[in-house]
Amino acid sequence: MNVQIDLSLLYPHLFLLIWALLIFAIDFFMTEDNRPSLGYLSIVGLIITAILSFASDKGTTFWGAFRADTFSLSFNIIFIGSAILTIASAIDFVKDRLKHHGEFYGLILLSTLGMMFLASSSDLLSLYVSLELATIALFVLVAFMKRDLKSTESGLKYLILGAASSAILVYGISLLYGLTGTLTFAGIAEQLNTSFMGGPLFILSIILIIAGLSFKLAAVPFHMWCPDVYEGAPTPVTAYLSVASKAAGLAAMIRIFFEGLHSSAAEWIPLILTISALAMVLGNVVAVRQHNIKRLLAYSSIAQIGYILVAFIAVSELATTSMILYMIVYMFANIGAFIVVITFYNRSGSDEIIAYAGLSKRSPFLAISMVIFLLSLVGIPPMAGFVGKFYLFAAAIQKGYYWIVVLGVLTSVISLYYYMMVAYQMYFKSGDDNSRIKVNPTLAVAILIALAGTLFIGVYPEPVLSAISGASVTLF
Amino acid sequence: MELGVFYILAAVIVVSGLLVVTLKNIFHSALMLILCLFGVAGIYILLHADFLAAVQVLLYVGGVTILMIFAIMVTHQLTGKKIKHYNEQPVPAGLIILSLLILLIVSITRTAFEVADKAEPMPTVAVIGRALMTDYVLPFEVVSVVLLVALIGAIVIARRD
Repeated sequence: MNVQIDLSLLYPHLFLLIWALLIFAIDFFMTEDNRPSLGYLSIVGLIITAILSFASDKGTTFWGAFRADTFSLSFNIIFIGSAILTIASAIDFVKDRLKHHGEFYGLILLSTLGMMFLASSSDLLSLYVSLELATIALFVLVAFMKRDLKSTESGLKYLILGAASSAILVYGISLLYGLTGTLTFAGIAEQLNTSFMGGPLFILSIILIIAGLSFKLAAVPFHMWCPDVYEGAPTPVTAYLSVASKAAGLAAMIRIFFEGLHSSAAEWIPLILTISALAMVLGNVVAVRQHNIKRLLAYSSIAQIGYILVAFIAVSELATTSMILYMIVYMFANIGAFIVVITFYNRSGSDEIIAYAGLSKRSPFLAISMVIFLLSLVGIPPMAGFVGKFYLFAAAIQKGYYWIVVLGVLTSVISLYYYMMVAYQMYFKSGDDNSRIKVNPTLAVAILIALAGTLFIGVYPEPVLSAISGASVTLF
Repeated sequence: MELGVFYILAAVIVVSGLLVVTLKNIFHSALMLILCLFGVAGIYILLHADFLAAVQVLLYVGGVTILMIFAIMVTHQLTGKKIKHYNEQPVPAGLIILSLLILLIVSITRTAFEVADKAEPMPTVAVIGRALMTDYVLPFEVVSVVLLVALIGAIVIARRD
């Protein structure tokens, strides 16, 4: 039997695994005052992992179960980027409010590792296992504030609903396996093209897989957990959850549906179309009524996944490229907004939108950054969100889906209203507390990176576009 | 003969499964769960999946359920107490589950399954072992990281600050 193992493709993954274990181990030998340096150490590890990802070869190994291509590289960079920004924003928060620093950072690294395996998976089994690695770490991170009732409640909710959705996903996968007799995406695609008949059970398996993955995406109608969990979780974890976890779900969707099931696209496009429309409408409409900034961003993230799924129904190269581009744009804008929320919370201890009154005077830097991130989420030029949405909608228009694009633009207008409510509080209201807020250097650097990404991609998207344009070629 | 055994096992699984969610005493529920999982192991044996049946008994009956019973016994508030396993919405939930059941039955009966023409391997352990060490060695290794995360997570959640 020939052995088909080429470990050099897995160097980034192996490195990250060893680094995470080192973080757990070093934690033992540190005094309480030194522990925050574990955060910086984790960031160093993630940066080296990113460099290794760029440097390592492309190819397939482990009997076809693992594949490194431009698609996985693009998503790896999104996962690593969100992890870096999250950890940078978490260092102060963890120092003041959490215990067990090593476990906190180590679990974020291992969750990122699961997502990286997920983006490289080429069969349903490795996809499921790596998805579980990513989510189980997140269950713990959500409940990390053990003394906080909201955090433990949201951890329990996330655990139970997450387990139920995994069960639904696995049931769908097992039906698909029973029908096609293969787990690999390439094998399923081949079956669909040649002998396979389809039938009601095939449709049902697709529905179950979409339902299971929509939970990870927090798309309507599987979004119920999202606002509660986002509100209760420690805010850095919420930031990570809202970007990396969604990107992981999206990578899984693209792998399964574009690679395995694209020849039966006619059967699943209506489902995705419905989910996308519902997510855009419900996310944006309900966000209007929120008083808590974390809940507002939760509903906004539900709407954002709706926009991304608009491009999903196009099932084309442009669709893949535009979704990856938007995920990068969304990473900078959404984590950026959350870093502002964290910075503000560190000082004021409040997440209420009313508490943001007068922020423009207390910290002009935080206020203007927040406005830029929110405008990028709406999609106003010259922020990156405009370029991102432009490509998403272009992908759908290319295939003739006009009404969903019109709906996307209309709901974006609603989103402008509630995002600007926050800006209104910061600029035109004055609060009781007028003391200045000092932004500590790490948080300031994290915000500046997110700002730079948002503005750079908005003005000059070509380098990013050309870097990810190869990502879809492998899928068709 | 085989069909008769199947129906007996199926009846045991369905009845014990219903008892798991309806019995008021959580300890009795856990005992019923053991019976239910044994029934599933019987189905596996009927399907010539010897390894799967053994793992089912070892892991689910021997590991998971026993652990649950330990957890119930060391939690003072739970032992011998009567508690409700469901909230105020059993009717809508029942309707949804019923429609899902009908949907499943309709789609399973209307689908033509492709049956493999190869002889089934007997015993299955060697074949599964080889698959786990070749085709599926990567997910197999990733599972070990999943277990590590679960362990660390459980300790973080459970230990005193």
